[in-house]
Amino acid sequence: MIHRESGVLKTTYEADMALYPLPIARWTVAAIAVLMFLILPLILHEYYLSIINLVSIAVVGALGLNILVGYTGQISIGHGAFMSVGAYTAANLVVRLDLPFWVALPAGGLMAAAIGAVVGIPSLRIKGLYLAIATLAGQLIIEWVINHVTWISGGVQASIQMPRPRLFDYEIATQTEMYFFLLFFVVLAVVGTMNLVRSRIGRAFIAIRDQDIAAEIIGIDIFRYKLLAFGISSFYAGVTGVLYTYYLGIANYEQFQINVSIDYLAMIIIGGLGSVLGSIFGAIFVTLLPIASRLVMEAFGGMLFSQQAVLNIIPNLRLILFGVLIIVFLVVEPEGLNRLWRNIRSYFRVWPFAY
Amino acid sequence: MLDFDWQFFALLMSNGILIGLMYSLIALGFVLVYKATDAINFAQGEFVMIAGFVVAVALGSYGAPLWLSVAVGLAAMISFGFGLERVVLRPLIGRPVVAVIMATIGLAAVLRGLAPLLWGAETRALTLPISDEPFIWGPLFVPPIQLLGALVSLMFLGAFGWFFLKSRKGIAMRAVADNQQVAMAMGINVERYFALAWSMAGVVSALGGIVWGSLLGVDTHLALVGFKVFPVVILGGLDSIPGAILGGLIIGIVENVAAGYVDPYVGGGTKDFAPYILMIVALMVRPYGIFGKAIIERV
Repeated sequence: MIHRESGVLKTTYEADMALYPLPIARWTVAAIAVLMFLILPLILHEYYLSIINLVSIAVVGALGLNILVGYTGQISIGHGAFMSVGAYTAANLVVRLDLPFWVALPAGGLMAAAIGAVVGIPSLRIKGLYLAIATLAGQLIIEWVINHVTWISGGVQASIQMPRPRLFDYEIATQTEMYFFLLFFVVLAVVGTMNLVRSRIGRAFIAIRDQDIAAEIIGIDIFRYKLLAFGISSFYAGVTGVLYTYYLGIANYEQFQINVSIDYLAMIIIGGLGSVLGSIFGAIFVTLLPIASRLVMEAFGGMLFSQQAVLNIIPNLRLILFGVLIIVFLVVEPEGLNRLWRNIRSYFRVWPFAY
Repeated sequence: MLDFDWQFFALLMSNGILIGLMYSLIALGFVLVYKATDAINFAQGEFVMIAGFVVAVALGSYGAPLWLSVAVGLAAMISFGFGLERVVLRPLIGRPVVAVIMATIGLAAVLRGLAPLLWGAETRALTLPISDEPFIWGPLFVPPIQLLGALVSLMFLGAFGWFFLKSRKGIAMRAVADNQQVAMAMGINVERYFALAWSMAGVVSALGGIVWGSLLGVDTHLALVGFKVFPVVILGGLDSIPGAILGGLIIGIVENVAAGYVDPYVGGGTKDFAPYILMIVALMVRPYGIFGKAIIERV
């Protein structure tokens, strides 16, 4: 069948582990690829592309955080700081040594991975709340160091101007070019994560999440895999930071403060813990939320409040909505948007029959 | 350093002790909730902020007398804690720890957004009828508000210490904290004690809001006091009231002394930074804190 299995007839492990076992899934992926690479950049205005670019950056970061929180079951409130590590590493390399982006980007990621693994060391002894607070400390300490060490932060207001990325001699300057630049990394991150979590490493991560003592007893080196999870996750975060820095044209620690860490946690909670698709949904949702609430308030807020009041309300409304959504998803739908999507899908799997 | 300036050091120490006791008061709210319900409150700073706002608005905008404002603040925070447990925390019982952490973080965002909408973004003064003139004892300058805060903290820490050790309700609450199912089987109404714990956290936050609000002024930045709670409780032990006192004192002293001696060299910010360094060390050496109870896990 095209859109549903009729019996499990798999005879090889390859078939069992296929990412897209059904033809309809393969066609959908192909259709989305065509849409993203060909149709959208042709028909959308630069403003909308710039929003999609923001979403793309968030997707990479959310995937990284989901590897740590959703798949390995560790908590990090320090991902904003890991992003800033990547951002400042890349900015310094580009500005001081004039390195191209394909060196600066992985270098930023690796630096963030190293720092992230160091922050993750306490995870061997502590978990849950204690780990959350330890990573929170990591966030605050990294922020402070970047802000106070002028050798890293470049002095004036702790920000470094970042030149546009260059591919050989071609400068990536417009939003449309940026769109393709970012999309390339999104595809890389998505494919990388999907393959990581079904590999030996990914299975070890999931075993640690479900019961870390049991995982250790069946022979998983917890120390190694927990640090690996922190490292991989922070690598994604570092890359996110570099991409965001290229996007903004400036590396500034204010873009990576604790509220960013919380935004990314909200993405994976709203999207769905332990799910690649959920990370994407969550990134889209949380990135669009402030934009949508601003648009709605600008359009309809004038009916209820004065113009000045509307300007005051918008940032506060964003915070309130954000918090309420986190709580509602946690209480009502703990598996997030991904679960809603799965419910819809499984309804149509057997449609028009009830089961 | 040729001659050690004892007067400067004594000043830093006394300031640290008083501020530390005021930290203990806020940390107490955190410890109460954790002790009884195993829930982690990342919105403790926002609780304090809300309480400060309620009292400041009652005093300032409505001109209510002090006793009435304090009563309104207490009543508001008790019902707030009670309602919060009912609506947000109760459905999350038995869920992974990240769920509770994120729920309280979400709650913190809501409160930070709501407060300026309801009461305006400008800083409000919360004036208590005590003088601003510092007491001067030899080398020490002690602002009365800090002294008041420290005394209130000590009083409440003592009262809650007695409550948990001696009173029937306190013993029941410890039983709930130890094992919810067994407590339920022994005829303890677990949900009622959860609500009680959150209400008690509300009371403590109301007092914290009053003393911290009159020290710093009431606006959304008051919530930042909450960031100091974590080093305090980690150092002292998450479920220990004496730990909250000792942790508060250590953090208060360390941040003041560090700020006094290190700030001139690095250009400020040591106050926010030193407690977390100390906390990391504590986590590495003794993750369950000075008085905390080590958790033994079984598969």
